[in-house]
Amino acid sequence: MAVLAEDWRDGGFGLYVHWPFCQAKCPYCDFNSHVSREIDQNTWVRAYILEIERAANQTPGRVLNSVFFGGGTPSLMHPDTVAAVIDAAKKHWQFANDIEITLEANPGSVEAGKFTGFRDAGVNRVSMGIQALNDVDLRRLGRIHSVSEALDAFAIARNCFDRVSFDLIYARQNQTPGEWRAELKQALSYAIDHLSLYQLTIEDGTAFGDRYRAGGLRGLPVEDDAAQMYLDTQEICAAHGLPAYEVSNHAMPGAESRHNLIYWRYGDYVGIGPGAHGRVTLGGKRFATESPKAPNNWIAAAETGATRTTPLTITEQAQEYLMMGMRLSEGLDIGRFCRLAGYALPPQKVDYLLDLGMVDTTGTRLFATEQGRPVLNAIIRELLAD
Amino acid sequence: MTDLAHIRNFSIVAHIDHGKSTLADRLIQETGTVQDRDMKEQLLDAMDIERERGITIKANTVRIDYTADNGEAYVLNLIDTPGHVDFAYEVSRSMRAVEGSLLVVDSTQGVEAQTLANVYQAIDADHEIVPVLNKIDLPASDCDRVAEQIEDVIGIDASGAIRVSAKTGQGIHETLEAIVEHLPAPQGDRDAPLKAMLVDSWYDSYLGVIVLVRIMDGVLKKGDRIKMLSNGSVHHVDRIGVFRPAMQVIDELGPGEIGFLTASIKQVRDTRVGDTITHEKKGTTQALPGFKPAQPVVFCGLFPVDSAEFEDLRDAIEKLALNDASFSYEMETSAALGFGFRCGFLGLLHLEVIRDRIEREYDIDLITTAPSVIYHIYMRDGSMIELHNPADMPDLTHVDHLEEPRIKATILVPDEYLGDVLKLCQDRRGIQMDLTYAGSRAMVVYDLPLNEVVFDFYDRLKSVTKGYASFDYQMTGYRQDNLVKMQILVNDEPVDALSTMVHRDRAETRGRAMVEKLKDLIPRHMFKIPIQAAIGGKVIARETLSALRKDVTAKCYGGDATRKRKLLEKQKAGKKKMRQFGKVDIPQEAFISALKMDG
Ligand SMILES: Nc1nc2c(ncn2[C@@H]2O[C@H](COP(=O)(O)OP(=O)(O)OP(=O)(O)O)[C@@H](O)[C@H]2O)c(=O)[nH]1
Ligand SMILES: C[S@@+](CC[C@H](N)C(=O)[O-])C[C@H]1O[C@@H](n2cnc3c(N)ncnc32)[C@H](O)[C@@H]1O
Ligand code: SF4
Ligand SMILES: [Mg+2]
Repeated sequence: MAVLAEDWRDGGFGLYVHWPFCQAKCPYCDFNSHVSREIDQNTWVRAYILEIERAANQTPGRVLNSVFFGGGTPSLMHPDTVAAVIDAAKKHWQFANDIEITLEANPGSVEAGKFTGFRDAGVNRVSMGIQALNDVDLRRLGRIHSVSEALDAFAIARNCFDRVSFDLIYARQNQTPGEWRAELKQALSYAIDHLSLYQLTIEDGTAFGDRYRAGGLRGLPVEDDAAQMYLDTQEICAAHGLPAYEVSNHAMPGAESRHNLIYWRYGDYVGIGPGAHGRVTLGGKRFATESPKAPNNWIAAAETGATRTTPLTITEQAQEYLMMGMRLSEGLDIGRFCRLAGYALPPQKVDYLLDLGMVDTTGTRLFATEQGRPVLNAIIRELLAD
Repeated sequence: MTDLAHIRNFSIVAHIDHGKSTLADRLIQETGTVQDRDMKEQLLDAMDIERERGITIKANTVRIDYTADNGEAYVLNLIDTPGHVDFAYEVSRSMRAVEGSLLVVDSTQGVEAQTLANVYQAIDADHEIVPVLNKIDLPASDCDRVAEQIEDVIGIDASGAIRVSAKTGQGIHETLEAIVEHLPAPQGDRDAPLKAMLVDSWYDSYLGVIVLVRIMDGVLKKGDRIKMLSNGSVHHVDRIGVFRPAMQVIDELGPGEIGFLTASIKQVRDTRVGDTITHEKKGTTQALPGFKPAQPVVFCGLFPVDSAEFEDLRDAIEKLALNDASFSYEMETSAALGFGFRCGFLGLLHLEVIRDRIEREYDIDLITTAPSVIYHIYMRDGSMIELHNPADMPDLTHVDHLEEPRIKATILVPDEYLGDVLKLCQDRRGIQMDLTYAGSRAMVVYDLPLNEVVFDFYDRLKSVTKGYASFDYQMTGYRQDNLVKMQILVNDEPVDALSTMVHRDRAETRGRAMVEKLKDLIPRHMFKIPIQAAIGGKVIARETLSALRKDVTAKCYGGDATRKRKLLEKQKAGKKKMRQFGKVDIPQEAFISALKMDG
């Protein structure tokens, strides 16, 4: 049991803070984000601090490797709000020397003016949602900024922070593989050391989802083109010195997002804020935590404790480790899986995937090959099936 | 007990959807048999599947009281019958229990194939027929034209046809009066020995087997000891009653009456529809003519998707068979699918109904293998084998020749679609036997192989005629033809559950259509999959399902591993709805869908 109890240490320990508000809702987005006129940030500060205190009481003495402000649009938070949260975390946990504190920012002018404030609050990394490098597509994506505004905001951010990453969404309507290659090369010319490149996903319950179902939203790339774009992305980024370290994330070696690595290496993370998820090991058992999704419900619940905690079975933990770990280029640690699950990865399935060239192994690690990564879900299904 | 002169027994017959069950509703309501607040549409269609599909599957009997304009009180027994051709057997035996029929014709549609089929059956049963023109509330209603058509096509007098809207209730009173006036009272002798017809029987989980009877002579009372003439078995009657439409217990049933009895009979199979029931002592020895038993004509294998559910499937099939004597089953094993059952059905709708009920009422996911008819294989040694499953096809070197079942199909169609119908029949290896016109409608009679009709003929017919054609068929006999077994190979391995018998001349077309269909039905895998059709080792059609190129979740929501896990669990459950053949997962619906031809 002692070995298991410490399993999370292989991934590290982080804090995720969810800010659920945006200036406008993007039609593709199914994140827990809302547009609201009246937000009393003091109320939010109070609730975050209460939740941090509660989580810290359960995890005394831990060293925090990362804090991540995600959203929604956390760049709409007041820098004082951000500072108060970071201070509370620092008061209750020990910060690692190299702690990474990331804030997701939308690239509008409002946000750009606040970067120094965020830096002073303790933020040392910014992840910016630029999404596209052409104005027509930005409008189609329902974005409220232009390319030039985004690039201006990016330039300002670079001046404030050593580490600035940005997000693009590709495989958009009417986008050809050739167009994407050109756009990606342009993006790489701006990039510092980290990029997140997501293929547009049509999610149920979003405006795009509804349009798609109703037969609208034509011109999305067919599977072969989407596959091609994915492969091109891998190749171009690698050639540029930013290889993929995860399905959609690219970085210069050493510049990976430490926070996201905690998820994928299946470490522990405290999640606070509406709809936030966490994984925490308490008294040798790993729990999943989840908070009420609606902002008002969360605020109300935070008074007495907002997170709902459910124990995870050994099998669930092993499944999660496998699903998360296989997303990484480094793959998963075969021995760790075995210790966690209590059984080895089924050899006939591994052999089958090895034969197909979908996975490879270094003896201690199993990872998806270049060929396997575009069909990772099928690989995971195969490995999980009983 | 009611005196004979005040009883009227009748069936309501029509083409599918012409409004039989709705008319029954109005008759039940108008006579106050059911309180208004308990009324619902197609009250007698009580089974979930009937309500969902909006069709009647099982015939239903109701007893209603009616005081006519002449001041006399009558007892009317009505039997609402199904319209779909698969259940024609229900109609024919219902007719044997009554003296007359209300022939319902949708006045917006006119005479259709089952209208004709039902009239012929009614005439066979010596029925008095009262034509009813329904749906007169609809703007497209054209009673004069339809009345004329009835006279032209069927040759019965339609001048007195009652014009009805089963929806609004218009004409219902006239219908009741016509029943009393035009239909004959039953005959029978109260003092003669008991002679009752066993019309139907089914299993009720509370009461056991319920037997629907029509008393011809004598009186049946609670406590009587009765004998089944067919096998001499004796039972003690513990309950007698009538349907209104809920069960109502009464003391006795006399001549001309229709009702039910229970007698601690354990299995529906212990009762034989058409049998004659009499008293153990002083009974009659004269048996009624009896019915021809319903013969299953379509066979397929039913296997649980999850092989651990085999026992549950056995249980479900046994329970359903209790209620449905026209459905047959025997155990079957298949190398790829494990244990299951080879089942026989009256037609594809019957098959679908049973399969739906197993899946829903017993919560078992099923794989239904390619349906087949019964072939007669004549061996070199002179013996004959009935082939229910193409997988069992014997070694060809021992086979002399094969025969397949044929049908006589009657199709009514507006003449603008006639060409399409002829083409369809011709494509299905049909031989035209007759073609006549009644007004702007053509009636074509074709001799067709049953094999070409069972799967999707009706769907195709509806689609090429935009729903304006109607179709009825009867089995005629067997005929020799050039038939071969076609195998399907997926990833180079033969899949028995997809084997079919085809005509040699049609094998290429069929084979090509099937492999193309399968290419769409089988999900892409991590490798490319050849799909082939072959006859005796020779490939006649081939497609390649290309490898899956992209299936990866671009973005995980924060640390929400739960959501991702649930998603993959769902996909895993989806994988469970498939069966593995070699390395390939084939979805459960593929086996039937692959056979449905688009052309
Ligand atoms: N407008 C109108 N619709 C009717 C009338 N009678 C029946 N219908 C409709 O026609 C459809 C078929 O009616 P049913 O009573 O189920 O027909 P059925 O003949 O019992 O059908 P099967 O049992 O499947 O053969 C239903 O949607 C009814 O609501 C009528 O007089 N007027
Ligand atoms: C939770 S969002 C928050 C970032 C910030 N609010 C913004 O929009 O710039 C994080 C990233 O997810 C990506 N994303 C959101 N919805 C997506 C979708 N449906 N398909 C692909 N990527 C998506 C976008 O690139 C976005 O920047
Ligand atoms: S994509 Fe970003 S800005 Fe748009 S709604 Fe989602 S969280 Fe808000
Ligand atoms: Mg009906």
